[in-house]
Amino acid sequence: MADTGFSILFKGINFLRLLQGLWVTLQISLVSVGLSFVFGTLFGFLMTVKNRAVQGFCWLYLNFIRIMPQLVLLFLVFFGVTRQWHVNLSSWSSAVIVFTLWGTAEMGDLVRGALTSIPVHQYESAAALGMDRKLTFRYVILPQTIRRLVAPSINLITRMIKTTSLVEIIGMVEVLKTGQQIIDANRMQYPTGALWVYGAVFILYFLLCWPISVLAGKLEQRWKQV
Amino acid sequence: MSQEVQLSVKDLLKSYDGTAEVLNGITLDVHKGEVVVVLGPSGCGKSTLLRCMNGLESYQSGSVTLDGEPVTKDGKNMTAIRQKIGMVFQSYELFPHLTIEENITLAPIRVQKRNKAEAQKEAQELLERVGLLEKKDVYPRQLSGGQKQRVAIVRALAMHPEVMLFDEVTAALDPEMVREVLDVMLNLAEQGMTMVIVTHEMNFARAAADRIIFIDQGKIVEEAPPEVFFTNPSTERAAKFLETFTYESKKKRG
Repeated sequence: MADTGFSILFKGINFLRLLQGLWVTLQISLVSVGLSFVFGTLFGFLMTVKNRAVQGFCWLYLNFIRIMPQLVLLFLVFFGVTRQWHVNLSSWSSAVIVFTLWGTAEMGDLVRGALTSIPVHQYESAAALGMDRKLTFRYVILPQTIRRLVAPSINLITRMIKTTSLVEIIGMVEVLKTGQQIIDANRMQYPTGALWVYGAVFILYFLLCWPISVLAGKLEQRWKQV
Repeated sequence: MSQEVQLSVKDLLKSYDGTAEVLNGITLDVHKGEVVVVLGPSGCGKSTLLRCMNGLESYQSGSVTLDGEPVTKDGKNMTAIRQKIGMVFQSYELFPHLTIEENITLAPIRVQKRNKAEAQKEAQELLERVGLLEKKDVYPRQLSGGQKQRVAIVRALAMHPEVMLFDEVTAALDPEMVREVLDVMLNLAEQGMTMVIVTHEMNFARAAADRIIFIDQGKIVEEAPPEVFFTNPSTERAAKFLETFTYESKKKRG
């Protein structure tokens, strides 16, 4: 059976293992994205506060997270926190913490950008119609902000999903790591197995990200008047 | 036009950084049903004056009152007062995420708590009056500038304001679209709407105004009926200003 590497995918429970790996990827991504959207929205509003101390803090946080490679952040949280404070974080928690820290910073910047891109005249014309702050925000500013956020935040989600492949470095066995294990275990039997396994991983990532992109495209189409 | 003062501005003083005065003691009474056109060179403070009149802009001293109630930027009851003052901006500022009809009915439904069906009916009647009924379900980006501006006027009218303020509403329009907007405004004037208009359309000012206010450097320099102002201005400053709108032919005739 060494002639075709394709069957490596279905040998034993290999495919099931890949799916299990994908589930780990999906779990980390979903939890981190969910938390990032909540905290990122709050962070975005915080960034629009006109207070120097608040703005300084936001600037520092955003740039620290951006400059620091995710890999370094993972090491920092997984090994650094354990060593420094003797808190034993599992690799799963470390991964979610790091991706949430990162996602919050990026999402916050997107929310800030969307909020500040609404022209001041929109606020003024709402005020001129007798709308108070609450009404203006709910019916004029928020809908436009959400529409502006669709494309960039979907982009962020797919970036986060793809970047979760880094968590193997702190010992998590997600889809990519599972693939590598399968390849290693079958190196003798399937010398060309790598192509098939990585191909399968590629398709799994694609299946994860593609529906999200399609949804984003649909929403943008529907809201393109903004 | 009655003698009843609707909108009153007294000794209005406004500066942005505490030194350069944008408005330097403006006093002006607008009577019920009167059409006041404010003219002046750019940067003279006429737009700022208009923005003070519905509390979009703060001022240092003096007062603005509507029916005796004070109008200030962060004053109490401002949402109630602003409902009585409609304002139309140079850049239309329709809400891009709402259809034309939703743009018009948003404030009546949410602010005045009016019945949705009734608000829609009125929106349609108003749209019909400005010839845009068939556009009620489209989005602002699908309209021309002139159409957007007519919708913006209708949107303000749907709140049943007592006074309408127009801030250079034709300045951003292509010349051929100016007329359709001005016609709507003339129509409103005929119906007895109290209006304060800032514009650079001299012919329109002459036709629509009951009174011309000429402002320069934050002060009212001249105040006169349109015929007097345009044919025989009493100040040199106004005469100079009007000269900039006339052209002499450089071509030799014959």
